Amino acid sequence: MNKSPLQLHIPEPKARPGTPADFSGLRIPAAGATRRPPADANESEMRDMPYGLIRVLDEQGRAVGDWNPQLPPERLREGLRHMLLTRAFDERMVKQQRVGKTSFYIKCTGEEAVAVAQAYALEPSDMLFPAYRQQGLLIARGWSMVDMMCQVFNNTKDRLKGRQLPIMYSVPEVGFFSISGNLATQFPQAVGWAMASAYKNDTRIAAAWVGDGTTAEADFHHALVFATVYCAPVILNVVNNQWAISTFQGIAGGEHTTFAARAIGYGLPGLRVDGNDFLAVYAATRWAAERARRNLGATLIELYTYRAAAHSTSDDPTAYRPDDEWKKWPLGDPIERLKKHLIGIGEWSEPRHAALAQEAEEQVKAALKEAESYGTLGTPPDRPESMFDDVFKELPPHLQRQRARMREGN
Amino acid sequence: MARMNMVQALNSAMDVMLARRPEVVVFGEDVGYFGGVFRCTANLQKRYGRTRVFDAPIAEGGILGTALGMGVYGLRPVVEIQFADYIYPAYDQLVSEAARLRHRSAGGFTAPITVRTPCGGGIFGGQTHSQSPEAVFTHVCGLKTVIPSNPYDAKGLLISAIEDDDPVIFFEPKRIYNGPFDGHHDRPLTPWAKHELSEVPEDYYTVPLGKAKVVRPGRDATVLAYGTMVHVSLAAVAESGVDAEVIDLRSLVPLDEETIAESVNRTGRCVIVHEATRTSGFGAELSAVVQENCFWRLEAPVERVTGWDTPYPHAFEWDYFPGPARVARALKKVMEA
Ligand SMILES: Cc1ncc(C[n+]2csc(CCOP(=O)(O)OP(=O)(O)O)c2C)c(N)n1
Ligand SMILES: [Mg+2]
Repeated sequence: MNKSPLQLHIPEPKARPGTPADFSGLRIPAAGATRRPPADANESEMRDMPYGLIRVLDEQGRAVGDWNPQLPPERLREGLRHMLLTRAFDERMVKQQRVGKTSFYIKCTGEEAVAVAQAYALEPSDMLFPAYRQQGLLIARGWSMVDMMCQVFNNTKDRLKGRQLPIMYSVPEVGFFSISGNLATQFPQAVGWAMASAYKNDTRIAAAWVGDGTTAEADFHHALVFATVYCAPVILNVVNNQWAISTFQGIAGGEHTTFAARAIGYGLPGLRVDGNDFLAVYAATRWAAERARRNLGATLIELYTYRAAAHSTSDDPTAYRPDDEWKKWPLGDPIERLKKHLIGIGEWSEPRHAALAQEAEEQVKAALKEAESYGTLGTPPDRPESMFDDVFKELPPHLQRQRARMREGN
Repeated sequence: MARMNMVQALNSAMDVMLARRPEVVVFGEDVGYFGGVFRCTANLQKRYGRTRVFDAPIAEGGILGTALGMGVYGLRPVVEIQFADYIYPAYDQLVSEAARLRHRSAGGFTAPITVRTPCGGGIFGGQTHSQSPEAVFTHVCGLKTVIPSNPYDAKGLLISAIEDDDPVIFFEPKRIYNGPFDGHHDRPLTPWAKHELSEVPEDYYTVPLGKAKVVRPGRDATVLAYGTMVHVSLAAVAESGVDAEVIDLRSLVPLDEETIAESVNRTGRCVIVHEATRTSGFGAELSAVVQENCFWRLEAPVERVTGWDTPYPHAFEWDYFPGPARVARALKKVMEA
């Protein structure tokens, strides 16, 4: 009997500050290499999929393989525009935080393709249950940037009346569910919403997002169990951007397998997608949406990407990872890659791109000017006693009494 | 009218609401085909079909998480947590999500969920089938907390809870499912059939949330109780000979402070009874309410009779359970002060 001493394993990323970025261990299949099963394929015949990586754009920017969604160039240019808008929006808002006009902001830099391409792959009436890094969904659905900024500023036009942390948007008008500060809670909620849609014999489906770190939460498991049991029409997305604040994805259990492979144990199809490849993200999401709409149930999609910016404005990633790691990410930048593709097929040019980027800047600037005219952090969004509204539908006596006391100052 | 015990009354409430409103769905562990381990959902699946009354995986957090999503899309889920002792895995979905969704979305999204769950001991359930965690929920803004003490109220309050547009936690004292248990565990249980409040209309009616009920008028002291403890308190009053008023709170949030204040200001003495543990129990809140509203009329310190601050011990249930003798002693104490 072997009685040598046991050793506790604590996962550790390959590179830390002061050491060079090291992505040598990543196995990245060539674009087009991962097969495309028919959307109605049986789950048991797709168990290789979570270990592949769906990629359409190759190193030269060509669209290759069965997953090429054959989107018309106008649609791709629109995709570029929405990604550029999202990036410009993020840059501006971080600056606002630096000068004290908001307390907090979260960028999605490097992950823009996830939200924008996924929004395109869904119908406008489909319901979205996002985490806090999918602002691109709102931008791609054409929601007002002024309205988003007003929430970030907690100003007089903040639709959430100063109740929520900046960026915790809630926009029922475009099917964007109220973002929670508690990680993962939206995952089973999306499944419940989808079950309701099926219960009503409706045609709408739901989609939800969590990060790699968040997959460790029990609610992740709850979502997959309920989704498989009730065959819920939902797309469950894991945005694996390699980091959860300061912990690398190995701490969430990503060291020995993929997050997409979690699906296998639940009997759900799991797809792993190059998250910086606009075409691949679109195609995979479209595939999952088709399955859901055909009553074939849920799909788990891992979007393999990299969080190029800090976790939030409260974070300094140079304390835990090499500061140039984001530049070394082997799957590149989603905007650059789509641009290269469009130029390659003769549908785009550097000058046109520069002009579009400029236009995005101007649009964000104009939105900012308007939003700021309604106030920034420190401008009361409403009377303080409005905090008593919406705790319940009707104000019960104890809250009436507390509100009166607040008015009287005791 | 029909004679119903608590289980039948609760079943009837869900039956009525399933029939009236297509957006009502009922689910939970063992709730569907089998009809619930306490039989509260018996025959409902047969009557309304599998998509309206169904079994859920053993994942309380998942039950509440999916219920919330259903609520957002216009359903009115009535979920059962098999025992209140197992509600904790769902705590985050209740506290951080269901309770706050309306507020955090400024009314943009809401989820009218009713959570039914059996609570309380005295059934040889040991520490994992006996808890009364109501105070853990009354402390959460945005949740309503209801505890009935008889079949008539149980049905009327459950219908109100289902119709309410805010999340409601509906505690069912399991010791009184079959009869108005008064704490005398050594005597045979009187079945509900002998009690006037087992006369329950078969059709729709409501008992409003947030309204207490004086179940025994009295002049010399006020007993505040809910659930099983209403019956224990009535027995204690009868046995002590004190002419005490007994108030069944029925709903803890919202709380009927008016009825409490009116009574205690009249009697000048107050005993608070609950089965849950003492420290930070709902009795502490009640005691504060009495102090704030009745201080100048109080003739004696407020007394609390509660479960002890220990887990519910299997072999010593009746040493733990705040029975009529303890309540009677507290009544004597406030009278002698
Ligand atoms: C339940 C819960 N635990 C912890 C936190 C604090 N927290 C906020 S974001 C975060 C990291 C999440 O990482 P990941 O899921 O990978 O998403 P990413 O930020 O990379 O998009 C943590 C620990 C929280 N908000 N909620
Ligand atoms: Mg992450």
